[in-house]
Formats: sequence, structure tokens, C-alpha cells
Amino acid sequence: MTARALILDAPAMQAQPWPRHVLSPETWTQMSRALITDTTLDLRAMWADTTHVHALLHDTEAADFLFASVPVETGLYAALSPARPGAAWFERMIRDLWGHHPADATDTRPWLDHGHWTATPPMAARPLPNLAAPEPAEFLTSVGDDLHHIAVGPVHAGIIEPGHFRFACSGETIVRLEVRLGYLHKGTLGLLRGKSPRVGARFAARLSGDSTVAHSTAFAHAAEAACATAAPPRAASLRAVMGELERIANHLGDIGAIAGDAVFPLLQSRFVWLREAMLRGCAAAFGHRQMMDAVIPGGVAQDLTQDGSTSIHDVLNTIQAEWPRLLALYDDTASLVDRMQTTGILDPTTAARFAPGGFVGRASGQAFDTRRNPGHAPYDRLDVAAAFSDAGDVDARVRVRLFEITESIRLLRILLDELPTGPIALTLPIVSAEGIGWAEGFRGDIWHWLRLEGGLVSHAFLCDPSWRQWPLLQAAIEGNIVADFPLCNKSFNCSYSGVDL
Amino acid sequence: MAWNALLRALRAGPATVALAPPDQADIDELSARLKASSLRKLGRSLAIRQVDSGSCNGCELEIQMTASVVYDLERFGLRFVASPRHADVLLVTGPVTRNMQDALLRTWQATPDPKWVVAIGDCAIDGGVFKGSPAILGGIDAALPVDLVIRGCPPTPAAIIAGLCALVEAHARPDTMPRTREPRTREPRTREPKAR
Repeated sequence: MTARALILDAPAMQAQPWPRHVLSPETWTQMSRALITDTTLDLRAMWADTTHVHALLHDTEAADFLFASVPVETGLYAALSPARPGAAWFERMIRDLWGHHPADATDTRPWLDHGHWTATPPMAARPLPNLAAPEPAEFLTSVGDDLHHIAVGPVHAGIIEPGHFRFACSGETIVRLEVRLGYLHKGTLGLLRGKSPRVGARFAARLSGDSTVAHSTAFAHAAEAACATAAPPRAASLRAVMGELERIANHLGDIGAIAGDAVFPLLQSRFVWLREAMLRGCAAAFGHRQMMDAVIPGGVAQDLTQDGSTSIHDVLNTIQAEWPRLLALYDDTASLVDRMQTTGILDPTTAARFAPGGFVGRASGQAFDTRRNPGHAPYDRLDVAAAFSDAGDVDARVRVRLFEITESIRLLRILLDELPTGPIALTLPIVSAEGIGWAEGFRGDIWHWLRLEGGLVSHAFLCDPSWRQWPLLQAAIEGNIVADFPLCNKSFNCSYSGVDL
Repeated sequence: MAWNALLRALRAGPATVALAPPDQADIDELSARLKASSLRKLGRSLAIRQVDSGSCNGCELEIQMTASVVYDLERFGLRFVASPRHADVLLVTGPVTRNMQDALLRTWQATPDPKWVVAIGDCAIDGGVFKGSPAILGGIDAALPVDLVIRGCPPTPAAIIAGLCALVEAHARPDTMPRTREPRTREPRTREPKAR
């Protein structure tokens, strides 16, 4: 039987918008084996609660989504990492947070648990006091003549988040990079328990600050799905406006930073200046430069200000006026393009095994975009054009993002001109149900899952796109020189806080 | 004759007279005045090392903006440095997570005295929305002595620069040198290791 058939045959629990199929441990094991040959199923997220492990799969052939669970009866479940390498980090996280052990997993080392927590596993029904002293982290080995190692972090030289990078190098060429994260673990999932969706939204907004609108939107969608309701049309459109503004602001900042890493300050200055103009436009339109806490379950916290639409149009005009010159500057600067092209190549075959979303995927042959599939209001009435490349290098990722900026500007003009009237929020009913919500952040597909009991969150998972992009940075950097690492890293710009939970 | 004059000078010894050593009180007074005036004139510059001890990266985005062409932090004598060993100021964001406590403390220890610690953002004050999580210790002052707090979620680049400029003003006054203090000691872990 195919993995798809095994999942669909299993009894379904009520969940929105897709039923949750609870597989027996034996069926789950069969499904994990079937996944090795069923290459049409992409793993998009994997998480757990105190009793079950859950997986969200995307059937690329049928273009639909499968939600599967397995009860963890003896502390063990069959690992998905032998079939889907992207599952390995999820499995390590599930082991550290809930204590469920993946059988036959490709990697069983701790991930978020660095040995400093007072009780482990923190999300289990009954955590035990942790009395052991922290042990040094175990890194993958690299064997070869004259290899040397460079250890960087967790505190980096720039103004960025903390993480530890281990480079194994032969001369100046990187043979292997291993990333160790978890330094920013704040216990977000634990804090969500027992909160109402309205209060819980504050944690979703702070999972990864640069994607605050996208995470808040995915969270709101999950809460609304559980409540089998939808935000008013005006709220849905305002969320999309904020989401596209956030996408443009981040793309501008990152492309500028990439130019900076390639030592081309002229382009960096112009892009950062445009980013600042965008942030000021957001502040004028929504009262906050990052629009934090602006999206709430049930709608949006406040309406567009009176001059908001004009402020946004003004910023878009500024960007569009300068855009042709900036693109020409990028294309005509041979020393810049030379740094970008053939650097940090993520080949489409490797990418396909991890199914990354966002510009990382779209620059390496993956066309996935949650605004198109599964889609949600108001994007279902907008024909979102997706950038696509299979070059996979830094240049391809930059060009995909350049395209996405122009596409977001187009969408914003339509959204603002056709803004529905009516209420901006509704009160969510108090229910006991579970739901999945999604949003397309600037990095890619964000998935939030909530189980509500009596209107309060009893279990939750917030999945950042970086889960399936970090491992690919490790792959893409192989064979590049150490001096190009900042450029490659910035071209991925994975979130640390987003995966550290 | 020149030869005779030279011989007489050699025989008579040097004409320069010895002087009494300078008065110690004068030295002390002058050096204090020099220090004050150099601090006023030269002390208007601080090297900053940013440390994220658990933030959501929202504060980092706005701190990056302070160094951009728009806000140009360097015109105020403030600049970001790559190592804590070159820094006067640690600019710390986020609550202190248990997983970052060691790295934060080591960064603080690597920063030469005298040094300032500036806590940026609402999480850095008391843990913010993450207050009460078992995975964090609390705000920055749960791990380090904090000299200045800049509020906001995240604070705007203008607010960050305003706070840092206040620090420059304070730094240029010799009576407000940062105190040399010890960080909070870590929680003792005296219990027996558990058998695995």
C-alpha cells in the first residue's frame, strides 16, 4: 500500500481543515517505509503532544494535504528521517521537548536540550528534575588529510542571533558545516498552554520577530480553523496587506545586507534606505514599524489609519521609481554578480528531498507557495505569480526575492484599492477542537497547529520555514570558501529564534 | 681663544642646576584635570558589542538600522565592534535563556573594565511575554548588572540611539564611570548527578 492509502485508511479525528488520521504504531511504521518510495509526499511539519506524534504531508501529485498521527505507547515511534532527511531536526526536537524517541532515526543527538533545563522533557505530562551536569555537544566527524576546524559562536561578530557553526575545512574550502542551535529556546510552546488564542497570539508574534505578521496570521488562521469560523473580509485583506509589507521590508533589508556582505555598500545603502521608508510607511498605516500584535485571532487589532493607504502607496511609488536603476546597478556590477553566481548552490535534487518553501525552495526548483496552495482569503481572488528558478545559487535566491518584491507591490495595489468594508474583527466562540493554520511568510510556508479545550490552548505547535532550510544551508555551503559563508548564510537568512521555540 | 674657553668649560663642569622633584600634590591635581578634560573631549566615543541572549530577532532588526545610512550611529561616537574584547558597552537583547546564560557570562567576562551593560527591549527588562517560562532566567539583570534600560517591543532606532547618547554623556563625566561589579552567581547545582 502507498503511504497515502495507509494514512487515508486510518480512522480520522475531527480537525480543521483536514481530518487527523490516527495510524496505529504498526501502520505508521509501514507508512514510514512506504515514504521511501512514495516521493510525491513532502513532509512540511512534524511535531508532537504528550501522547501522539503528528506529521503534516503535502501530496504534490494530488495537490492536497494529509495530516497523520501515531500514538506513542512505549515511548517509541517509527522515525521518518530515513525516508525524509528533513524530519531529523524535528525528531530531535520532539525527543527533547516531549520525550518521544524516534526508532531507527538517522540522528539521535539532543537538539534544543543543552543540559541546562531544570526539568526534562519540559513538555511531557510529568517532567523529571534534571540533575545531570550539562555535557559537551557531540559534533559530526570529518575525516581527511589536513582538515582543520573552525568553531564560531554562539555569539557572532555581527548583529545577529546566536548559534554555533562548526566548519571542517580543507585549506580555505569548507568540507562540512554543522549548525548547532537551541540557544534561544524560551519555552514558547509551554507558555502557550492554558492561554486563550487572543493571549497566545502574543507568543506567536514573537516566535521570529522578522516574521511577526506571518506567524500571527498563521496562528489566527489555526484558531479560526478550530472554531470553524473565518475573519471578516476586511480583516483578511488587511492581514494580506501587512503580510506583503513585511515581505517587501525583509526582502529589501536582506538583499541590501547581501550586497553589503559582497562589499558593495552603494546598493546596500539604497536597499536599507528603502527598507526604512517601508517601515515608516507601516508605522504610519498600522501604528507600529513591524506591525507586531496587529493580527489577532478573529481579525486585526486595529484598522488602517485614515492616511494609511496613501502612506503605503507613497512608499510603493518611491520603490518603483528607483527600481529600474537598482536592478541595472545589480546587473551591471560585474564584481558583485561574480560573487553571487555559482556561489552556495543548492541543487534541485537535494532541495527536493527537503521540500523547502519560500525563496530558498523557489530558487532551487520547488514551486510551493501557501498563498496558491492550499491558499486562503484574500489570495484566492488574487492570482499570485510565483518566481521560479533552478540555478540554486546566491544570485538565484536574490533574483527570486527581487521578483517577489515587484509581485508584492502589485498585490498591495490591488488589495488597497479593493479593500472590503465592514468589521475588522469578530469574537471567537469558545470551543474544544483542533485546527491547522498557515501563512506565507517572507521565508516560506508557516504552519501552526492548535488544540483548544474549553476555548483555551491545550497543545500547540508553531512551525517556521527555517526547519527545512537550515539543513540545506549546511548542504549548499559544501565546497565553498570560508570567506563566502556570510554571503551564503545571508542568502538563506534562516531564523534562529523561529526554530529554537 | 676658543680652545681656552672649551677647556675652562670642561674643567668647571655643567652650568645647568639640579631642580627639586615636583610636588606630588601638583601632579595629582594636574593628572585629575587632564583626565577630566580628556574624558570630556575624547570620552565621547563608545565601542558597542551586541549580544542576543534570547530575543525573537525583532530588536536585532532595529539595532541593525541604527548602524545604517539612515541613522548613522557613528556620527555620535558610537560604533559596533566584532569582539567583546574591544567593547565598552554590551548591548543585550531578549530574556536570558538558560541555554545562553554561559555564553552571555563569558562575553561579559571578555569585555574589559570599565564596562556598561545596556538592556534593550521589553524582554530584556524582566523577560517580557516570556516571564515565568522555566526555560529562561528572567531579564538581563538576572545574569548581569544592568546600567541602562531601553524599552520597546522593539524600541525604534531613534529610541536606541537616544539611550546610547545618554550613555555617552554620562561616560564623558568622570564621576559617573561604570562601577566594577560582579555578575549574579549561577544557581548552585549541588545535587547528585542522575543515573542515565
